[in-house]
Amino acid sequence: MATTVAAPARIFGSGIKRREDPRLLTGTARYTADITLPGQLYAAILRSPHGHARIKKIDTAAAKAAPGVVAAFTGADTEGVLQCIPCAWLVPGSELKVCPYPPIAKTIVRYVGDAVAVVVADSAQQAYDAVDLIEVDYDPMPATVDPEQAVKPGAPQIHTEAPNNIAFKWTVSGGDIEAAFKKADIVVRDRIIQQRLIPTAMETRGALAHYLPATGELTLWNTTQNPHIVRFIMSLVCNIPEDRLRVIAPEVGGGFGSKIPQIQGDFITVFCSMKLGRPVKWIETRSENYQSTTHGRDHVQDVEMAATKDGKILGLRCTVWAGMGAYLSTAAPGIPTILHGLMLSGPYQIGAVKEDVYGVYTNTTPVEAYRGAGRPEATFMLERVIDRLADELKIDPVEIRKRNLIPPFDNGHDVVTGLKYDSGNYQGALDKALTHAGYAALRNEQAEARKKGRYIGIGVGIYVEICGLGPSQVAGAVGFQGGLWESAIVRFHPSGKAHVFIGSSPHGQGEETTFAQIVADELGVSVGDVKIVHGDTETTPMGWGTYGSRTTAVSGAALAVATRKIKEKAKLLTSHLLEAAVEDIEYENGKFFVRGFPDKSKTIQDIALMANVAWNMPQGMEPGLEATTFYDPPNFVYPFGAHIAVVEVDAETGVVQLKRYVAVDDCGHQINPMIVEGQVHGGVVQGIGQALWERAVYDDNGQLLTGSLADYAIPRADVLPDIEVLHTVTPSPHHPLGVKGIGEAGTIVSTCTVYNAVIDALEPFGVESIQMPLTPERVFNAMSKKGP
Amino acid sequence: MYSANFDYHRAKSLSDAQRLLASNPGAKLLAGGHSLIPLMKLRLASPSAVVDIGRIPELRGISKSGDGIRIGSLTTHAEIAASADVQKSAAALAEAAGLVGDPAVRSRGTIGGNVAHADPASDLPTVLVALDAKIVAIGPKGERTISADGFFTGIMSTTLADDEVITAIVVPALAKEQGSAYVKFSHPASRYAVIGVAASVTSSGGTCSAARVALGGLVPHATRANAVEKALVGGGLDTTAIGTAAAKVGTDLGNEVTGDIFASAEYRTAVAPVYVKRAIAAAAARAGLA
Repeated sequence: MATTVAAPARIFGSGIKRREDPRLLTGTARYTADITLPGQLYAAILRSPHGHARIKKIDTAAAKAAPGVVAAFTGADTEGVLQCIPCAWLVPGSELKVCPYPPIAKTIVRYVGDAVAVVVADSAQQAYDAVDLIEVDYDPMPATVDPEQAVKPGAPQIHTEAPNNIAFKWTVSGGDIEAAFKKADIVVRDRIIQQRLIPTAMETRGALAHYLPATGELTLWNTTQNPHIVRFIMSLVCNIPEDRLRVIAPEVGGGFGSKIPQIQGDFITVFCSMKLGRPVKWIETRSENYQSTTHGRDHVQDVEMAATKDGKILGLRCTVWAGMGAYLSTAAPGIPTILHGLMLSGPYQIGAVKEDVYGVYTNTTPVEAYRGAGRPEATFMLERVIDRLADELKIDPVEIRKRNLIPPFDNGHDVVTGLKYDSGNYQGALDKALTHAGYAALRNEQAEARKKGRYIGIGVGIYVEICGLGPSQVAGAVGFQGGLWESAIVRFHPSGKAHVFIGSSPHGQGEETTFAQIVADELGVSVGDVKIVHGDTETTPMGWGTYGSRTTAVSGAALAVATRKIKEKAKLLTSHLLEAAVEDIEYENGKFFVRGFPDKSKTIQDIALMANVAWNMPQGMEPGLEATTFYDPPNFVYPFGAHIAVVEVDAETGVVQLKRYVAVDDCGHQINPMIVEGQVHGGVVQGIGQALWERAVYDDNGQLLTGSLADYAIPRADVLPDIEVLHTVTPSPHHPLGVKGIGEAGTIVSTCTVYNAVIDALEPFGVESIQMPLTPERVFNAMSKKGP
Repeated sequence: MYSANFDYHRAKSLSDAQRLLASNPGAKLLAGGHSLIPLMKLRLASPSAVVDIGRIPELRGISKSGDGIRIGSLTTHAEIAASADVQKSAAALAEAAGLVGDPAVRSRGTIGGNVAHADPASDLPTVLVALDAKIVAIGPKGERTISADGFFTGIMSTTLADDEVITAIVVPALAKEQGSAYVKFSHPASRYAVIGVAASVTSSGGTCSAARVALGGLVPHATRANAVEKALVGGGLDTTAIGTAAAKVGTDLGNEVTGDIFASAEYRTAVAPVYVKRAIAAAAARAGLA
C-alpha cells in the first residue's frame, strides 16, 4: 500500500473560523453606543412630522427649561458654523442640480425625519423627554413621493434650484439602438417598480463627538463604512482641519451602503460638541433610523427588448425614474447611473443599448447605495425581459439565455456600454447550476404537479457585476469626488509578529481573518501572528472605505503587494546574512534559503529580528521590516454567477413558499470559502427580501407608513430554505491574488431569480407581471384575474 | 426608543401585587413585558406606574385541574408549546403558543399578559375562545372565573377590571373523539396573525356533534364563527362538508374585517374560508376522523 504524505494545507483557500466572531457572538464587541466618556452628554433630534412644510416658528424655551437639559439648538444656530452637506458623486453630463442640504432645516422641511432642532441633556431619557417640549409652528405644503409623478407638470416643487424636481438626467448608449429595434422580429416590454427598501443594519446609526476647544481637535466615533471619507467631509462641513480631526469607526454593526454617507445626525452631534466643549453622543432609535438613515432602490423602470424570432437579443432600451429622496446623499447620483446603466447588457452579447435615467427629488428620506447599489436594478430588468422574451417565443428560459451569453474569456472582453469585463465563464456557471438543481427533472416535477393543481415555479437568473471600485482615473472621469485606491502597511515586530494597517474599513465582512490569511500565505507566518488594524484615521493609512465589494478586491491587493515588498527586502537581508548572491535566495513555506542548500536558511521571524535590531544590515538598507503600498487597480473586477430558485405558490391563498435556492457564484480565487459562503447567504437573502417581503411605503403626504420593524418585513430564517452554495473559479487576470468581490453578488441576482420563479409558477394563469414585493394578496389577485 | 417616566414596583406575591395596584391608580401590570414595553417605548402607553408581577412563582406553571388543565398566568408561550399535557389535550393551544412572535418573544411572553393585552391579532385569545377556556382573575371583591368567549370585547379591551389580576387560564378536558387545531397566516414583519383560525370539533360516529370555531387577526377581537359552527354540527366531517361550512365564514365576518397595507380587508375576506377549512380539517384529523 502506497503511503502518501499530505502537503501542508495552504492557508489561502482554507475555511478557517472568523477571528471576529468570538467578540461579536459573546456581546463583548464595542460599538459606538458602548463608548462612554467622562462628562458625556446626549443629543436627541427633533424631526419633521411633515413630508413638506414651511417652518414658521420654533420655540425651544420649554425644552431648555426641562430637567437635565444643557442646550437646545435650531438651524439658525448653525449659521456660519456648519456648511451644507455636500454630494460627492457629481455625474458629468447630467445637468446635476445639487440643492442645499442643511444639517438642520432652517425654513423648509422636505421629508418626514428632516432634522429641525436638537436637545442636549445629561441623559438620553431627558433629551428625548425635552424634545417633546419643543414647539414648532409648521405651514404644511403638498408633497410628492413617487419619482415618476414628481417630474410631471403641477407636481409640488421641492427645491427652487431643480425645476420639475429633476436632480439630473443621464443617458448611456452604445451601438445603433434605432437599427436594432427596426430590425427586430419581436419587441417585449415591461414596467418594473424597484420598490424603495430600508437597509435595516442591526446597529442603527450614531456618533460620539468630543471637541476640545483648547486645541481645536475633534475625535469622532462614528458608525461608518469609510472613516477617512468621514474625516474629509466632516472637515469641509464643520471647518475643522483634517489634521485635527480623528475619526474612529469602532465595531460597526452592518451597513449595506447606509453607512457610506454622512447624515444630518452626524453633523449635528459634532456641532453640539463644538458648541458645548463636551462629549456628545447621539444614537438613533430604530424608528428614527427608518426615517433618517438612507434608503435604497426606488426606481420606476420602463424596459423594452428587441430580438429576432430565434431569440437573439438585438437591443435593450429603458427609461428609469430614480427617486433620490429630498436631498442628494453622498454617493446617490452615481448609483442609478454609473453602477446601473453601464451594466445594462449583463452577461449577454447585446449589440445596442440605450437608457435615460432621471434622478428625481421626492419628499422622502434620501436614497443611497444599498447592497448591490444599481446592479440589482439592472440585472432585474435584463433577466425579467429575457424571461418575457422566452415566454413570447415559447423558448425555454435557459435555452434563450444560452443563445445570447458571451462566450468564455479570460483576459478582457469589451461590451457595448464601454466597459471591459476582466474574465468570465457564464456558460460554465449556468451549466453547474442546472446540473446541481436537476433542471430537467424539476421541469418534469412542475408538469406533474400542475396536473394535480399545484403550482411549482422554476426561476433562473444570471448576472455579471462590476465591483472592486475601481481605478481612480475612472472614478474621476465619472464624477466621483474622491479616489478609489487603497493602502496597506505591513509592519513586522522583532518577535516576528506583524501588524497590518489598512485604509478600508470592514464591518462584519471578515477581513480581519482573510487579510491575515493573505499575509500568512505570502510570508509563511502563522495566521494568529498577524493583526489587522482598521477603522481609525489616526493609526491607519488613507483609504476610501468598504463598499461596492471592493475591500478584498482593492485593499486585499494593496496588502498582497505590500507583503511581496516585505519578501523582497527579506531576500536581500538573507543574502547579506548568509553571504550568498541575492539571485540564489529562494523562498518556500516561510523560509528563505540558498538554492540547493535548504539548511542554509533564515525564517521570516529571523529576518524580522535582524531587521529590527539592525546589527548587521547591508550597505544602504534601512532598518526595520515594514512595507507600505498604495494600490490603484488597473480595472474593476467582474464576478458573475447563475442562480436557480424553486417556489411553490399556494393557489388558494397566493402564499409563495421558497422551496430551493441554488447559487453558483464565481468570485475568482477564494481566500476563505466559509466566509464566501456566508457572504453569499446574506446577499441572497437580502435580495429575496426585496422579491417577497420588503417595501417602504409612503402615503401621499410623505408619511412613512412602514416606520418600524412591526410593518417593514425583513427576511427571517424560518421562511427560508437551506441555500445550496456552489462555485466556479475564474480568476481576475489583473488582480495580484486573482480574486474578485463577493459581498453583493447574491443580492444582485436573487431578487430576479425568485421573481422569475413565481411568474413561472403562475404561467397557467397567464400572469406576466406583479409588483414587488410578491405579497400573498398581489399573487392571489394576479391569479384571480384569470383561472388556470 | 425611550418611554416616558414611570414608577416601578416589583410585587413579591399576589397579595402584594393587589396592594400595589390599589395604591397606584393608573398603574399597569407588567408580566413578560412583550406587549406593554413596546407600547411604552413608542409612548403609545404612558402609565404613571408599573407593577411587575413577573417573579411571583405561584402564578407560573401547568397542572392538571379536575378534568382540564390549569395554566398559571405567568407561564410563557415557550413553556405552553413544549408541554406534553397541553399538546395532548389542547393541541390548538400548544400549536398557537409555538407560533407567537419569535423564540425570544415566546421565551418571555406570558399567557396572562397576552390575554389581558387582547391584541386583536394575537393568537392565544382565538384559541381560548374555541377551546371554551376560562380565565381566572382575582380582585378586591375576590376571585372570579370568566369565560374566554365574552372576555374579549374590542381592540385591546376586555371585561377585566383595572384592579383585577389574571391568575390562571383553565382549559377543559377533551371529550371523546374531540380534536382541536390552530392555523395561522402570519404577518411577515410583526408575526401577528393576519388571519388566525382555531377550531375544536367533536364527532359522534362520524357526525359532527359539537364544533367551536374562532377567528382572530381580521376582526377587532377573537370571535366565534357561529355560521360556520352551525353548518358543521349535525353534518359529516369530510372534505366537502368542511368546505361548505367554512364558506359560511363570510356571514360571520360581515363588514368588520380589518385591513392594512400588507393585506386588505377584501383579500382577508376572500381567503378566510381557506384558513377556516384547514383549521377544521386539522381538528377533525385529531379527533380521529380524517
